[in-house]
Amino acid sequence: MSVRHALLALLVESPKYGFQLRQEFEASTGDVWPLNVGQVYTTLQRLEHAELIASDDSFVEGPQKVFQITESGKTELFHWLNTPPDMTAPPRDELVIKVLSALRVPDVNVTDIIQVHRRYVVELMQQWTHLKEDEAEADLTFSLVVDAELFRLDAIVRWLDAADGRLMRASLEPRATTSAPQLRRRLTTRR
Amino acid sequence: MSYLELHNVSRSYGEGSTMVHALRDVNLSVEQGSFVAIMGPSGSGKSTLLTISGSLEEPTSGDVVVNGSNLTRLSANERARLRRQTIGYVFQDFNLLPGLTAVENVALPLELDGFSAKRSRSTAMEVLESMDLVDRANHFPDQLSGGERQRVSIARAIVGERHLLLADEPSGALDTTNGELVMRMIHAACKRGVAAVVVTHDAHLASWADRVVFLRDGRVVDQTVPPPSAEALAGSPLS
Repeated sequence: MSVRHALLALLVESPKYGFQLRQEFEASTGDVWPLNVGQVYTTLQRLEHAELIASDDSFVEGPQKVFQITESGKTELFHWLNTPPDMTAPPRDELVIKVLSALRVPDVNVTDIIQVHRRYVVELMQQWTHLKEDEAEADLTFSLVVDAELFRLDAIVRWLDAADGRLMRASLEPRATTSAPQLRRRLTTRR
Repeated sequence: MSYLELHNVSRSYGEGSTMVHALRDVNLSVEQGSFVAIMGPSGSGKSTLLTISGSLEEPTSGDVVVNGSNLTRLSANERARLRRQTIGYVFQDFNLLPGLTAVENVALPLELDGFSAKRSRSTAMEVLESMDLVDRANHFPDQLSGGERQRVSIARAIVGERHLLLADEPSGALDTTNGELVMRMIHAACKRGVAAVVVTHDAHLASWADRVVFLRDGRVVDQTVPPPSAEALAGSPLS
């Protein structure tokens, strides 16, 4: 998550105080990602150093300082908004590693291990849906954040289901050679 | 109080070496007002569990109790009456009668129960109203969107005294937004006291349920614990 770009987006609206930026950042992400004050001011200092924002020194130093976005800051923000994040390299996903590792451990039922993870993820999804059911109708930002998390978790369940099916088919077929996963090829896409 | 109970329910098809065990010793209890989702891979027995719960099919062994009545001890006629009066079904392909309007489709089960056409229609309108479908009441199914058709079929399933809703992939043919609307409706029906059992392969939709039961090879292998209350969530990373 790019805190610096999120702060730039808030400053496009109008000049703001540091404390105000922190509050608005948390509200704009549905209060799902809390941000500490130190993180906000460190990021603001870096943005100012890079001349993407400017502060108004006529005010008292510290929390009362007002920040505004510069033209370079606006250019940087619009470039960032239009650039898809780099997703070409698969993340080092602990869940995937656990399932791959389980395949190599004798006397382990991988299907049971998959179910442990499936249940956990579905329970998390129930908690998110529960929050959405109570609050999200009126709050667009919160709904979007919750949907993003639900789709992310849903993708995990789908992968677990697919892995389960693949293992079941593999158990019915002659054993193939279990070489190391061939994921060394890197994907390249134009962003 | 449990509205639906399955005790050691098994169902097999065929004989000898070709025998298939669709369900094996399944125990399940669904309280009044609760929403249970059944998940499992294809062939795990999800749909069989639903048809047996709704007395559309009989178990090979075990007991099914709906609202205190043990289905296995009822005559075929008594079972048919209980099914008609207390159980509503929702299918993936809606199954609305094409020659009837939305309100006529919803009123039909009441008329079959012996209520007058006028009373059936007014009760049907009340249900449609509670589901924001009044402006679609006089439309025929082919004049409704897929999402609206499924919402009408849910209205038909819970009209009158039907307190057990059984749904097989109710959002399978719908996009995400309409799928969620359907689950919201089932959730709302449960808040009003309906017990619902929904079969789905979609975790996103199953997450609307109070409890998710996982089937595999005809057995219940796992289930989620009910989600914590909002108070319990306070202070967690999700709050």
